[in-house]
Parts: sequence; structure tokens; C-alpha cells
Amino acid sequence: MAALEIHNVRKEFGNERVLKDVSISIDSGEFLILVGPSGCGKSTLMNAIAGLEPVTSGNIYIDGEDVTWRTPADRDIAMVFQSYALYPSMTVRQNISFGLEMRKVPKPEREAAVERVADLLQITHLLERKPAQLSGGQRQRVAMGRALAREPKVYLFDEPLSNLDAKLRVDMRTEIKKLHQRLGTTIVYVTHDQVEAMTLADCIAVMRDGHILQLGTPDEVYNNPVDMFVAGFMGSPSMNFIRATLEDNNGGYQLRIATPGEEELVLPWPEARIAPDMAERLNQPVILGLRPEHFSEEDERLTSQAEGTLLSTNVAVVEPTGADILLRLPLGEQEVTARVGPKCAVAAGERLALRVDMGRAILFDAKTEQRIA
Amino acid sequence: MANVIRRQTPAARLGRGLLYGVLILAALFYILPLVVMLMTSVKPLSEISAGSLLSFPQNPTLAPWTKAWGEACTGMRCEGVGGYFWNSFAIVIPAVLISTTIGALNGYALTKWRFKGSELVFALMLFGCFIPFQVMLLPMAQTLGWLGISSSRAGLILVHVVFGIAFTTLFFRNFYVGIPNELVSAAKLDGAGFFRIFWRIILPISAPIIVVSVIWQFTQIWNDFLFGVAFSAHNTQPVTVALNNLVNTSTGVREYNVDMAAAMIAALPTLVVYVLAGKYFVRGLTAGSVKG
Repeated sequence: MAALEIHNVRKEFGNERVLKDVSISIDSGEFLILVGPSGCGKSTLMNAIAGLEPVTSGNIYIDGEDVTWRTPADRDIAMVFQSYALYPSMTVRQNISFGLEMRKVPKPEREAAVERVADLLQITHLLERKPAQLSGGQRQRVAMGRALAREPKVYLFDEPLSNLDAKLRVDMRTEIKKLHQRLGTTIVYVTHDQVEAMTLADCIAVMRDGHILQLGTPDEVYNNPVDMFVAGFMGSPSMNFIRATLEDNNGGYQLRIATPGEEELVLPWPEARIAPDMAERLNQPVILGLRPEHFSEEDERLTSQAEGTLLSTNVAVVEPTGADILLRLPLGEQEVTARVGPKCAVAAGERLALRVDMGRAILFDAKTEQRIA
Repeated sequence: MANVIRRQTPAARLGRGLLYGVLILAALFYILPLVVMLMTSVKPLSEISAGSLLSFPQNPTLAPWTKAWGEACTGMRCEGVGGYFWNSFAIVIPAVLISTTIGALNGYALTKWRFKGSELVFALMLFGCFIPFQVMLLPMAQTLGWLGISSSRAGLILVHVVFGIAFTTLFFRNFYVGIPNELVSAAKLDGAGFFRIFWRIILPISAPIIVVSVIWQFTQIWNDFLFGVAFSAHNTQPVTVALNNLVNTSTGVREYNVDMAAAMIAALPTLVVYVLAGKYFVRGLTAGSVKG
């Protein structure tokens, strides 16, 4: 049975529609991530699930029960806030046990729960401290401890790592993943960080303007985005969008990319990936989506069965990141980013032969920005 | 603060000396009335009529203080201001406690449990800070009459609470605006209700603004004369009204030393409160303006 089901939820503030018919369903133990740019409605949706904001219409079910009009306390959920929201006047111990105390759990059980989560999160030595005496990472742990102590049906995380520095963020990310694997809890997690979304989620909901654009596994969202927004939002550096024209190529298709000079730049579209919609877009402008890793040096092995198309171009900028090298290179009239191995010894201004893995390329409609193939 | 880099040239020292000189003079100027009052209040009457205002008392005596406290005539009665001094406390303490409590609850509700029109409610309450008290005298007298508590302590307490709420609400509302709403959301999810959140989460972190509210209200209500004179009977008068009656009672020689002693008695509690809690007052008023 679905642990959490959101059914046609709408939220309006006056005339402004913040959530437009959002429906999601996740199973018990699943890790759902709501991701999107700021103002896309993900935090509003989170508050609606928590019961902190009433919805305009629609229903929310937790464990099969309709909780749409229940108070936050009666929904059996716990939330970790971006600012942690620890009670300043209470010690860590009191912070963790407050929710249990409000639910009239007897004292010995409360103590046991505090010990259990303190042990789990390694904060036993901090139990008698006040929040003001803790570092950012420690506060984060306490905030999670407060949620874990109650063992609710659903956990809500509202951008929990955005106040931490980069190193700590990566550590805590791993820790949250471990916790989830160990406890098998149902988690809804809001973030605007696509790396967090990719690494943590079982299921990602990409949101924009109050809509869910795509709901799927990290692999689906990354490799099979439904439109240009999802494609551009997920992945860093983001996908290259190249303006091209769809042409006929002896029964097959090819993409012509406009170039400033005499040179012709034509990329054949792999036969295996021809979609029915392509015929009606013949000789029309389309957008070719290529991720930086879809480019590779000529001699490298290709991941897809389709042979990569060879192209030769001048390198504009070389950006070594250590693990690999990012190249900025002109492709037709545009500049694209390519990711190559760290051994690639190329300098800016040099000519380089690259293969393009058209087997993984994605085609979008230039006007609607929807995916064609 | 001591580690300010400063060049120690003779000119700089001279400038600094001048600065301190001016500041000390200004400080003396402001303390002078209090000093004169104190000196006059311990002089025998003969010394006052003979000597100058600024001379030191030759034979200091506490007789004017005891007379002011227990014997001086305030109108027809000659019982001093002592009884009225306690009257003032009996009015001020409940009025301060009630208005601060209601102000805190108002501020909490207006910031953490916003409802449609809560901003309007706040604006209307704020308006209460600007209503001249004189305007309210007649309607208030009428109301107290209807309630059957005119000329009583309860009536005066009610008046002070009503007028105090505008200010205390303003204080607490502005303080609570700075407290993150997520704190209340977290407590709601933990299962606490309106009063539980107030009592367990919000009130324990409100100490700075409680101090501000208490000092402000104490000073305002203690120093009030208008409501005291308008809404009290002879046995419920606050000390400010008694002081006025004492000074205005003209029988024979004017006893300046007794007048001064009575004025000192009337001013003492607010002075003590300010000396003891003044720094918390300033701290509470500036709390939130600088990130700690």
C-alpha cells in the first residue's frame, strides 16, 4: 500500500496558483525527492503534506488514511527543517524527547528513545548541551534525532543540508542515505540541489511552476528527461542544447547544425532511435541535447552500440577538475561543454577530434521544448 | 573596546581632556536637580529659609522624611504619603503583570498564528499608542460606572491594563517577528498546541522583552497622575496624587523639605527599577537589531 499518496492537490494564495493538480504516490520505505528551482512550489507541497498549510483542493493520504484536514500533530509525520528549528531554551535531550512528551509517552520509554537515537547519530556526548553550544553539523544531527525519536510513518526533510558547508554536506548526505538504508523509512526530501537528488532518491519529482514535470527514478530523469527543463536542471555541468535542423538522409534522419563558415556539420540520427513524431518535423528547427559525457576522445571506447560520429573542432577553454577535464568548444555557432578523461593532453586553441555518442543524444522540439526522441 | 588605535600627541590629549570636561559638566547639570532635592529634603526648615538653595545641609535630619511618610497633610487628612505609596504598589503590580501577560499573548498570536486581518488588528492596537489619554477620560468614567468599579483599585488597574496593552503588544509583536516561524511549526508537528508552544518554547526565550515591558509599564503606571486623580477615591489614590495634594495643601509655612522628601519617596521605586534593570532594558530594546 502507498505510504503517502497525494491526489490532485492544488494550492492557491489569492489569485496565485502555487500548486496545480499535483499527484504523487510513494510506497513504504521509498525515498522521494522533490527538486526544482526556488519558487517551484516544492516547499509549499512539503508544508501541505505536513499540514502546516491547508490545501485549496485535493486529498492527501498517509498509510491509506485521508489526512487532508488533520492537524500536523495527528498525521504521524516528523519534519527536519532547513534552519533546524531546535528549541533554544531546551537541552538536546529535551529537544529530542519533547515530541514524545507531548504524545504522553511514559518517561522511561522517552529516555530509551533518546538513548537510541543519540547512539544512532553519535550525539550521546551532546545530550546535556543547549542548541547554541552546538556547531552546524551537530545541530543538523539533533534535528534528525528529534524526527527519528518518534518513529513516524513519514519523514519530511526540507532542504536539510543547505546551511552546511560543502564538505559537511557531502558527509551528511552519505549519512542520510545510510540511515535510510538501515531503517527503511519513508522519506520526502525537498532540495534544489540536483546532486543531492540524484544521489539520495529512489524516486525524483522534478517540479516547476507548481507542476510535476517528471516523476521517475534518478536514472530515468537523468537519461530520459521529458523536456528541456528537466534535461537542463539535472546534471552538472548541464546538458548542451544545440540548435539544429532535422533533415532526410536516404530514408533515415540527420541533423544539420548551422556553421559560420563553409564547413558542413551534419550528424546522422541513429536508426534504432527513430520516433514516429520525427517525420512531421522534417526540415524544421529542433534542439539536440548532448550531455558533456556524450563526447569522448577519438580513441576512447564508446558505451553505446551505435558508432559515435566523429567531429573535429578547436578547443576554446580547458578546465581540469582533477577527476576529468571539461572542455569548452565551438560546435557550429554555439559553444558546448565536453567531459573528457584526465589524461587528455590538449591545450586551448588546439584542434581535437571528438566522438559524439548519438545513441544517447536527445531531441527536443524547438518551440514546445518537449522531447521528440 | 579598549584596544582602539589612537595617536598620543599632546594635541590629542588636550582634545580628549576637553571632551571629558564637557561631558562631566553636562552630567553635573543633569544630576543637579536630584542633588538639590536630596539636600533640601534633609535640611531643617530654618536652614532652608536662611541659606541658599545649593548650600550643604549643616545639621542633616531625617525628620522631613518621617513627616512626609506619616504625618504631612494631604488635603483634609494628615497621614503622610506612606499609605498612598502602598496604594500605588497595589495598583501597579497587578496592572504590570496583567498588561505584560496579555501583550505577550497578543504578540505571539499576531506573529505566529496569523489569521485573516491580523495585520489590521495590529495596526488598530498600534493606534492605541497614539490616543491622547484626556480623550478617554469621560468614556472611561462611564464604563467604570457601568462595571461598578469606579473609584476602586480594580477600576484603576483596568484602566492601566487597557492603555498598557497597546504598548506591550507592540513590544512583544516586534520581538516575536524576529523568532523563526519554523520553531512553531516544529512544535506543532511535535504535537504541542497554542498555549503549550507559548509556555514551553516561546516564553523561555522572551526574557529580554519581558524586562522591557515590565520596566516600561512599571514606570508609566507608577508615574501616572491623570488617571489616578480622575478615577480614584481618597483611599485608593496613588502616591502621585497624594504628592500633589501634599504640595498644594497650604497651611502656614511652606515646608519645602517635607515636599522634597515626599517627592523623593514618590520617585524612588522607578529610580530603583531603572538602576537595577536599566541595562537589561537597553539590551532588550536593541535585541535583534544586531545579530548576536
